[in-house]
Formats: sequence, structure tokens, C-alpha cells
Amino acid sequence: MAIYLDHAATTPLRPEVLEAMLPYLTEHHGNPSSIHAAGRRARQGLDEAREEIAALIGAKPREVVFTASGTEADNLAVKGVAWASSARGRHIVTSTVEHKAVINTAAILERQGFQVTAVGVDRAGRVDPADVASAITDATTLVSIQAANNEVGTLQPIAEIGAICRERRIPLHVDAVQSAAFEPPTPDAWQATLISLSAHKLYGPKGIGALYVRQGTAMVPQMNGGAQERQRRAGTENVAAAVGFARSMRLAYAEKPNLATLRDRLIAGLVALDGVQLTGHASERLPNSASAVIEGVEGGDLVAALDLDGIEASTGSACTTGSVEPSHVLLAMGIDPELAHGSLRLTLGRDTTEADVDRTIEVVGACIGRLRGLRAPAAVSA
Amino acid sequence: MSRIVAAMSGGVDSSVAAALLAREGTEDEVIGVWMRTHGDLPEGYELSRSCCSPDAADDARRVAQLLSIPFYILNVEREFGARVIDAFVDSYLEGATPNPCQACNQYIKFDELLKRGLAAYGADAVATGHYARLEHRDGRWRLMRAADADKDQTYFLWVLSQEQLAQTRFPLGDLTKPEVRAIAADLTLPTAHKPESQEICFVPLGDYRELLEERRGYAGEPGPIVDADGTRVGTHTGYAHYTVGQRHGLGVALGEAVYVREVQPTTNTVVIGRREEVAQRSFTVDGARFTAGDAPAERFEASVRIRHRAPDVPAEVTMVGRDRFVAETAAPVWAPAPGQAAVLYDGDECLGGGRISRA
Repeated sequence: MAIYLDHAATTPLRPEVLEAMLPYLTEHHGNPSSIHAAGRRARQGLDEAREEIAALIGAKPREVVFTASGTEADNLAVKGVAWASSARGRHIVTSTVEHKAVINTAAILERQGFQVTAVGVDRAGRVDPADVASAITDATTLVSIQAANNEVGTLQPIAEIGAICRERRIPLHVDAVQSAAFEPPTPDAWQATLISLSAHKLYGPKGIGALYVRQGTAMVPQMNGGAQERQRRAGTENVAAAVGFARSMRLAYAEKPNLATLRDRLIAGLVALDGVQLTGHASERLPNSASAVIEGVEGGDLVAALDLDGIEASTGSACTTGSVEPSHVLLAMGIDPELAHGSLRLTLGRDTTEADVDRTIEVVGACIGRLRGLRAPAAVSA
Repeated sequence: MSRIVAAMSGGVDSSVAAALLAREGTEDEVIGVWMRTHGDLPEGYELSRSCCSPDAADDARRVAQLLSIPFYILNVEREFGARVIDAFVDSYLEGATPNPCQACNQYIKFDELLKRGLAAYGADAVATGHYARLEHRDGRWRLMRAADADKDQTYFLWVLSQEQLAQTRFPLGDLTKPEVRAIAADLTLPTAHKPESQEICFVPLGDYRELLEERRGYAGEPGPIVDADGTRVGTHTGYAHYTVGQRHGLGVALGEAVYVREVQPTTNTVVIGRREEVAQRSFTVDGARFTAGDAPAERFEASVRIRHRAPDVPAEVTMVGRDRFVAETAAPVWAPAPGQAAVLYDGDECLGGGRISRA
């Protein structure tokens, strides 16, 4: 059995979640917009899911918009608000370590005549709220900052940024896709106007995300069609996935696994290896995330080597196409580009054991040794 | 049991090579690897049959799924850019004819992939879809021509050393191309009916001139085309746009077929000649390497091939030091082009070769 340490990429579906979803994939097959009994039954499932998620984050049900993914939620938040307020101003503020779903969405807006200021981060990947404050201009209509980084796990001072946005009366969008697996997002404490969420990072199904939209927020829908989701996101709702999302979220906050202890054990083991440096913040980081850069090793090679030795890890960024560009997050943190090629991300889950962690440290050490030894020429033999 | 890295380009040959290694009943553990050699091509090039397009990666991945083998993408952009693409461009700028497939074998498949594959994947060997055979006889590895003489690719593999040959597998060596296609069809591999790729993978439209400008800023400056006597007979667009043996695109009408005989970078001159003037009986070869490690003798008989699919010609080979030789052929050979490989054979065995030097 492989040791799966890529929970930041996705998590396995919980059996209880699957069980909650199954009736909506079978007998409750109706379209929630239909008038008849089958439709009403589906609508009930959808409404209850929305209520549950709203309750978990301290929001009103009408403030929860289901989308097909966290990426779609980011797109809807950034484009939707930017366009809705474009008569007032065309400037948005974000950071250099955002997820591609925000960075590339902002880049599209830039091509359409908006201005984007991406505030930098320190060596640990933290945004300084003062930088956000000074980036805001009279034309700013949106600030978008993630709650936690997907590559290095660094947590951002969202409440402080929220206070600044509140004072300047600018809506704050928070991508909470990673952090929501551990702590419920808090629209009020954060003073956030928009929050992106995704189910499959917290043991729910893939194919569903949500955007919290504070009541009264003007927004241009990005998917046009029927009147679903209060006209903010057209398309027949993915009822079963919404039900699964709500159930997985409730279960996520019903338990408090002590992942941080295991994470610290893993980090200590990794940095004890020769030429391995922790990336991200030492303490202000996701409880399941250990990330590092490793001298003299290509991250993709290391991840392949670990895979063949039964450990499923990641370089941190989605590099399935084998792109040669190092992670934009590591570069933004001031890590040398050559070193940034040697990135490794290990993200723990609720089933990870101490033995898994110890085994991982051992295998990472062995693989690094092998990769650095490129290559002791093999003997010529028959 | 061996663990073998199968280089998968997304074409039918490498797909079948991987399939033969991975088929049930063999002891070998196979790992499929697709190498990313250069960035994505601009929009509109995706219909090209290039082996390095994202489509090719998708095909390779799909084949690996069907074979139930692990599949990884290995990024070799930096190495390929320097060792293959830049070398290709520089070769033209030196007035020579490049040999990119050989460079890719020498520096990428049997060096970068081999060493990274062995280290990262803990593999023992690299397998490719080349048509060539390996034999271990009398204490050493021998690189042998493929059973399918028409497909034989030893012309691009002569650079391999004993060490490399020992860690190489050519599963297609005993098969003909129709047999390979039949196996692919039988296994319902999605690559079974893919057309043959002929062009150079990083020059999808076959025009390398843009690449000269892009990589080295060479736009081409018009200069004289002269005949054997030095008489100017036309104007060319830049010496690096021409290669020895070229017939088309000269814009010269002399009433008979003429060919490029020599390209002179220093004077930006292209020299042409009639067919018989372009043939030679003797030429010098640099950078010689022998699969056995050393040349068979100071002076020996071999057959020589100076371009892919050209006929072999019997020759007398005389070593000049360790890494240079002179080949004197029994009959004139057509346009030995500086930069191209001259590959030596003893019957079906490929002995090695070198790079034809400027006369």
C-alpha cells in the first residue's frame, strides 16, 4: 500500500459522504428547479446542503453559491466583482503567491484593461498587511488574498487585511480552499465579502465548490443561462455533490486530529537531511503541510522516485506537463530559481500515521542520495 | 528481474517497444517516460506529426495506461535546447549539415534519460523504439543492423559506447515495421495507425531558417553562388540556408542539374557543381568513436554509409590518431556533407563512425 501524502492536491472521499450522496445519484434524481415531487425532493437536499454549509461558516444560506470547483469560485469572485464595479474603478489588489485560479484570472482582467497590483511576500511567503494598504488606490474595487498557500502552507494575516479593506470600504475575496479543510472560514472575523471553497480538499467529492458572497454584493455572473443560484451561476445544480460537500464539511470540523504534531515530526526529519530547507513559515502554516527545497535534485525526478518507492508526493505546483518553470510561489519568496527546481510538498491526512512519517523521511533520504549520485557508471557486463 | 525505462515518444514504434517489454510473462518491470524536449509550439502547429507536441504526450500516457505501467514526464528542455537545437543551428552556421537525431541519441536518450532514469527510477536499462539489434559476443556488446533493413537506425546510434550498449534494449530489432504495426493494432494501442514522423521534431514545418534567426540572430545575408571556376552564377539568401548536396532552391539555370558542393561561411559563398563534381572518393572524418572502444586496427576494411538510407560503400579506413580517420571508397560517394555522420560497418555490425569534416 502506498503512503499517500498529497492531501493538498485532493483527499479520498469519506465513506459517510458517499453514503449521503448515493440517494441523490439514484432515487432522488429530480431537477431541483422542477415543480413535481421528484424535483422538490432534490431541492430539499440542495437547500439543506446550502443551509448546513452556511451554518458552518456563520453565513446566511442565500450567501452560499455552489460552483463546479474552487477555481470556478475564484473566477466568479474576481471577474464577477471586478466587472460589477467597473464603472467605479478598474484596479484590483492581489498577491504574488496566489493560486493560479486567481493569478491567471487577474491576468485576463489586465488584458481587458484592468490594473492589477500583486503585493509581494517575505521569505516565509507572508503578505504584509501594510503592503496591501499602500497598494489600494481610489480605483481599487477588490482585494483578493488567499487564507493559506497551497504550495508551502503559509497562513496569511487575513483578519488584519480584512480590517484594512473594511476601513477603505473595499470588498475582500479570500481563497480559503486549502485552509477550510482544517478551520471553518469566518466571513465576519475576516470581514470578508467573498470566500472560495472546495469540497474535495476536505474528503468530499470532486466537481463541487462554493463561493460565499456577502449579501448585497453586486456581481456579474460568469455562467449565463437559467436562474439557478439566485442568478449568480446558471446550470442545473450538482445536487449529490452539494449534499456530499455539506456532509464532508460537517465531518471535517467534528474532529480535531493532531496533524500538527505529525507535521512537525516530518519537518524535523526532512530538514535534518543534508541540503534540505523548509519552505514557508515555521509555525504559521497549515497543520498538514511540510514543504521543502532540496539542493541538487530536480523535484519532478524526486517525486517519480518516491512514487516508485511507494510514497505519493508532489513538487507543490501542478507540473504534470513537465514544465521547466519553477514555482511562482517559491520565486516570489526569493528562493533561488535553481534551488526552486528541487521542490517537494508532503501533505498529511487524517489516516497518516507516525510510522508513515518515519518511513517517508527514510525514503526521501535514500532517494535524494540516489539522485545526487547521478551517476556512478554501472559496470559493463553481459 | 530488471527495471527498464521505456522512452515513449507517443509514436507507434516506442509504444510497441514498451508493450513488448511489459507483456505478460516477462520478468521486467517497465516504466514509461515521455521526454519534454522543448516548450509548447505556437498555436496552429498542433496538427503537426511532431513527436514532441502535447498530443504526443497524451498518446504516450494513454498507451502506458493500457499497458498498466507507471508513466512520468521527464523535462529535458535545457539539455535538448543546448545539445540538440543549438548544436543544430550552430552546425548550419559553420557551413555544415546537422545531425539532430544522432545528437538526441547521444546526449538525451542514452545519456540524460539513461542517467536520470537510473538514478530517479532505480532502473537498470533504457529501452527505445529504434530499429537496431544488440548482441553480446566474444566479450563485448555489438550494435547490429535491424532485421528490417529498410528501417535500420544504426546510422543514428553509432555513438553508443560499451557502457551505454550494456544498459540499452531495442525490443524492435527483430521486427519489421508492418509487424510492429500489427502488434500495435492487435493490442488496440491508440498509436497503431499514427503516420510516420519524418520531419525534425523541433522544426515542425520543415523550415529551419526561422530557428537560425530566433536562436542565433542569423537573418541571412545575400551572397554569391559560384561554380567550380569561381564564376558567379547566382545569388543566395545566406550561406547557412544551404547544405552540401542540395539541388533545389538555388535559383540557378545552367541547363543541367547542379548541386551545392561547398558552403563557405567566412566568405558567405555557396559553391555549386555538376553531379559528378559533387561526388568524392576520399574524405576525412573527425570525432571518431567505436562501439568496441577502439578502432579494429590502424588500417582496416569496412563499408561506410554517409547518410541515412544511402547505400553502403566498401572503403579502406586509415586511422589518423585516435579520433580521426580517412575513408577511401572503392567507388565515388555522392556528396559527403561536412557535419553528417560517416558510419562504419563490418557486415551487419556497426563498428562506429564520426563526423565528416570540411574537406
